[in-house]
Amino acid sequence: MALDKATVAHIATLARIRLSEAELARLAEELSHILDWVAQLEEVDTEGVPPMASAAALSLPMRADEVTDGNCREAILGNAPHTARGFFVVPKVIE
Amino acid sequence: MSASLLALSVAELRDGLRRRAFSATELARAYNAAVEAARPLNAYITPTPERALAMAAAADQRLARGAALPLDGVPIAVKDLFCTKDVPTTAGSRMLDGFRPPYESTVTEKLWRAGAVMLGKTNLDEFAMGSSSTTSWYGPVLNPWRRPGDNRPLVPGGSSGGSAAAVAAHAAAAAIGTDTGGSIRQPASFCGVVGLKPTYGRCSRWGVVAFASSLDHPGPLTRTVRDAAIMLAAMAGHDPRDSTSAPVPVPDFEAALTGDIRGLRIGIPREYRRDGMPVEIEQLWRRGIDWLATAGAEPIEISLPMTEYALPAYYIIAPAEASSNLARYDGVRFGLRIAGESLEDMYELTRAAGFGAEVRRRILIGTYVLSAGYYDAYYLKAQRVRTLIARDFARAFERVDALLMPTAPSAAFAVGDNSDDPIAMYLNDVFTVPANLAGLPAVSVPAGLSADGLPLGLQILGRAFDEATILRVAEIIERAADFRHRPSFLAEEMR
Repeated sequence: MALDKATVAHIATLARIRLSEAELARLAEELSHILDWVAQLEEVDTEGVPPMASAAALSLPMRADEVTDGNCREAILGNAPHTARGFFVVPKVIE
Repeated sequence: MSASLLALSVAELRDGLRRRAFSATELARAYNAAVEAARPLNAYITPTPERALAMAAAADQRLARGAALPLDGVPIAVKDLFCTKDVPTTAGSRMLDGFRPPYESTVTEKLWRAGAVMLGKTNLDEFAMGSSSTTSWYGPVLNPWRRPGDNRPLVPGGSSGGSAAAVAAHAAAAAIGTDTGGSIRQPASFCGVVGLKPTYGRCSRWGVVAFASSLDHPGPLTRTVRDAAIMLAAMAGHDPRDSTSAPVPVPDFEAALTGDIRGLRIGIPREYRRDGMPVEIEQLWRRGIDWLATAGAEPIEISLPMTEYALPAYYIIAPAEASSNLARYDGVRFGLRIAGESLEDMYELTRAAGFGAEVRRRILIGTYVLSAGYYDAYYLKAQRVRTLIARDFARAFERVDALLMPTAPSAAFAVGDNSDDPIAMYLNDVFTVPANLAGLPAVSVPAGLSADGLPLGLQILGRAFDEATILRVAEIIERAADFRHRPSFLAEEMR
């Protein structure tokens, strides 16, 4: 499965990672190589085999719907690169 | 005095501290100096000497009162993937520059509650993605071992390479790491220490920086099998904050080390005998089989037909989960931010600058295999293969009680090797990845030296939640191998 530069550029946009032209070309080659290698899975007959999402043989546990923490706004905002008046600040998103 | 303290195992330290042969403060001072002396290995990103002294002082008070906790005064290192309250937590990435968690991971909290003393945070492959500990933003970790007569630096394995190197070089009495595809066991093998990946769900993942959530396992790296049992006992247990944490009792792992494996059936999976496997690894494996047979176990050849597909399945599932988990690094709430004209610009520039080459590669592969049109062909296919791999093991465990195989396909390699070819690097995990996919416990124990004088590990894999049996078998290998070799770099010899 060969990925072209346009496909890599599309994936990079989905993943929100800015790549240069040179990086796109290199990654197209590297990712194609990896996808060729994982393609060996096509040899395996998986007809009727259910997918396994986790090794945990458990159903998701239930708990009471109670508040278990909170009142920690300062601690949460403490690591943010930019805050103001108790909010995270990001570049303007509306024109 | 202090030099000899560094050579003691956790079990010996525990006993010496309780006898008051030395104090926790004395021990913490010796280890703080060892961490400093081991700086050339770059095993630590953030040493915490003051915290170590404060925790040791508290341990000394309890020891003096006769109210000692299980690990009171034992100095340990923490892979810098575990969140530690107010102590920088980097995951080896520029992306988490400046991040100080406002909370403590469950596993580290349990260790501190058991009295352990924190020496610092250890270096790793960026976001735990790697097998060499060379991709960290904070520079590569060096293996304390060198080939005799050859001064070229070697990798410690990865991703828990800083933890393995610190334990091997006597710059920590024990350490904790995480294992997503071999990241505890492979560095343990490369550095000549014991590395245990417990059953999925045995140790909480809460507060561990997530790589691939269905494959990530916290576990210990230690100098002896007994120490691994002691550490696991302190780390394990149900945690309501991790929905995949298993509500099962934690047995007394140390008591399981009976030295008696008579009648135990040990599976030898024939598919692990790969073409091109170095003769010395094949020989070591044979020796391991003989040791267990001599101790009264019964080796039985078994088949795990899906083995060759584990690695390609892993390299779809792990990047898929990583691409989802690492979506949180957006420059908004913590860590690095690169300013941009728009929100999109800020996201893209931050993530381009914050993630290194291997992390980007995996996010992109993961994004691709999860994207519309490819999800079924790649991701679902890999998850179905995962089911078949788990079934292979289930079938094997109808006939045997544990499996024995090599930990890694080679000894430690030189810094820079395998770095041009991602797949060559991925192949390091060929023997370790199946246990992660199936969620089964596995332990690597040093069993011998390669022809060029480097440590090699053997791996014992067991049934879910049966760490007791694999530790019991590992201790037999440990006794028989009598591995007393020491790396060329030891902290106590550097001052």
